[in-house]
This record gives sequence, structure tokens and C-alpha cells, in this order.
Amino acid sequence: MVCRRHGILAGFSVFLLALSVFAVEPAERLPDPALEARARVISAELRCLVCQNEAIDDSHADLAHDIRVLVRERLTAGDTDTQAMQAIVRRYGDFVLLRPPVKPSTWLLWFGPIALLAVGLIGTLAWLRRRPAVAAQPLSDVELAALDRLLKDDS
Amino acid sequence: MRRLVALLPVGFFLILAGYFAWSLRPGYDPHELPSAMIDQDAPAFDLAALTGDGRVAREALKGQPTVVNFFASWCVPCRVEHPLLMRLAAQGKIRLYGIAYKDKPEDSNRFLAQLGDPFKAVGIDRDGRVGLDFGVYGVPETYVLDAAGHIRKRFVGPLNEAAVNKELLPMLRQLGGS
Repeated sequence: MVCRRHGILAGFSVFLLALSVFAVEPAERLPDPALEARARVISAELRCLVCQNEAIDDSHADLAHDIRVLVRERLTAGDTDTQAMQAIVRRYGDFVLLRPPVKPSTWLLWFGPIALLAVGLIGTLAWLRRRPAVAAQPLSDVELAALDRLLKDDS
Repeated sequence: MRRLVALLPVGFFLILAGYFAWSLRPGYDPHELPSAMIDQDAPAFDLAALTGDGRVAREALKGQPTVVNFFASWCVPCRVEHPLLMRLAAQGKIRLYGIAYKDKPEDSNRFLAQLGDPFKAVGIDRDGRVGLDFGVYGVPETYVLDAAGHIRKRFVGPLNEAAVNKELLPMLRQLGGS
């Protein structure tokens, strides 16, 4: 009995997993597996504008469905992958791309972290280079005497 | 020099804090996207009209600055902005067309019968294709078209008094005057 219930539970989990992985509805799929595969790759790169952090490939939103269908229409009409993607970008802007393109307005986004890292590295290096000069000063006679006294006191 | 370097993190913090404070300003919604279609031709469309046998097409919109409102009977914010559209239409301040987005014609008709019909004409966009071409990602959305049929502005979400008085009407005046 317990075993059986686990079986059902496992089956249900697998079902849920499948649901979360494929939002693409059977009716949307293209008969040509090669075209469908290309559509899937494109869909994974496009943001669903309703949920805003999901690819349209994973989203159950109506709009995601519409965009998936539009991508497939474009591909069927003979568009290249880039052209099909451009058709969506023309309507929704760069924001629809999950990977923002590299151009002057996104340089800060792409290279900002690297620049910050470089600044940090240079700062750390400059600091490290200056520090040994201070640390290498030998103790003065007065300090040595004081140290001796402290060590003797302890014993 | 050393003191300046020590102040660097403080400066960095102030810049970040300023940016965050700016992002929290009232009336700013980070989910609101700028339209990619600004200053471009409105996409071509030719839809069946909600009333009568006529069509609502892009060509009919040209000639004067025009406002196109995407709405649906199932959309709650559309009900919120509707009285404002009614008022604007009654004052004759805007030339307003509607597009019923993914809505059954009988539902759109009931919606307009209940709340009033501010539109010169309403096109039926049953499958949302025209909305998709405009870059609509949620109703209501309102587009301002100039006389040549270029999209000049998009409002996402329900229009409000402030947006109408500060942006929509001045823009229409400017477009009408030029």
C-alpha cells in the first residue's frame, strides 16, 4: 500500500516536472522536427514580457504562446534564426532578449563588473605594495628593552 | 590624496544610494517598458468593426493625430480608465479608436453598452495578432499616432488624469499644431 502510494507520488512528481519544463503546447509544434528544434532554441532566448524573468519557452502566459507561434510562423515562412528573432525585437525591443546585445548603451552592463574588478585589483595591488615598507621596520632599542621586560614579567 | 582614496567607498555608496532612491520615485514602475515602436510606422492592420459591417484599418487612422486604445471586457484596469476615456471623448479633445484585444465581440459590446462607448470605431482583434504587431504586452495600452500614422507614444496600463494632462493632451496639441 505504502509502496503503491509512493509510486503514484513519484509519477505525479514526474508529471509536474514535465509540466514545468515544457510550456510548448502540442498544437504549437511544427511538423518539421528541424524547424521545431530551431524554434525551441530561439524561444529559450526570448523573455516573456508578462512574467519578465521567464523564457517564452517556459511560460504559460498567453503572450508567450502568441510569441512562440509568431516565431514558428516566421521560421516556416523561411526566415533565418536571426530574422525570426529580429521580428520579435522590432515589436518588443531589446528587453525581450534574455541576453542583452553588446552595444554602447549596454557597455556599462557588460563591462561594468570587469571594470569594478580591475579597480579593486589595482587598489589591492597598490595597497599590498606599500605595506611591506611599513612592516619591515626593525624594533628600536627602546622597544626591544620593553619587550624583554614584558617577557620576563610573564615567567 | 590618501584621504580622498579613503572617501572613495563613501562616494560609491552615495552613487548607489542615489540610484536606488531615484528608482523608488513615485509614479515609476520598473515593469513598464518603453515601446520599441516609437517613431515608427504603426503596423498595418485591417480589422472587422465591432458595430456594423465596416472595417477598421490603419489607413483610416491617418490624416490627424489619433489615439488608439487596446482594451478588453475581461480586463479590470480597462474599467478603471474607461470613465476618463468617456470624458475625453465627450469633450471632443481626442480622436479615439479602440481595439478589442482577445475579446469576444458580444462581450466587448456588453462592456461598451454598460460603460458607454467613447470610440469612433472599434476593431475586433480576436486572436490578438494586431496587439502583437503593436508590441502590446498587457491591456490596457494606449498609443498616440501622428497624422502620418507614426507611433509617437505608448501608455502602459490604465490612463490616469496626470498622464492625460501632462503628456497625452500636450502631445496631441503639439502634433496637431505642426
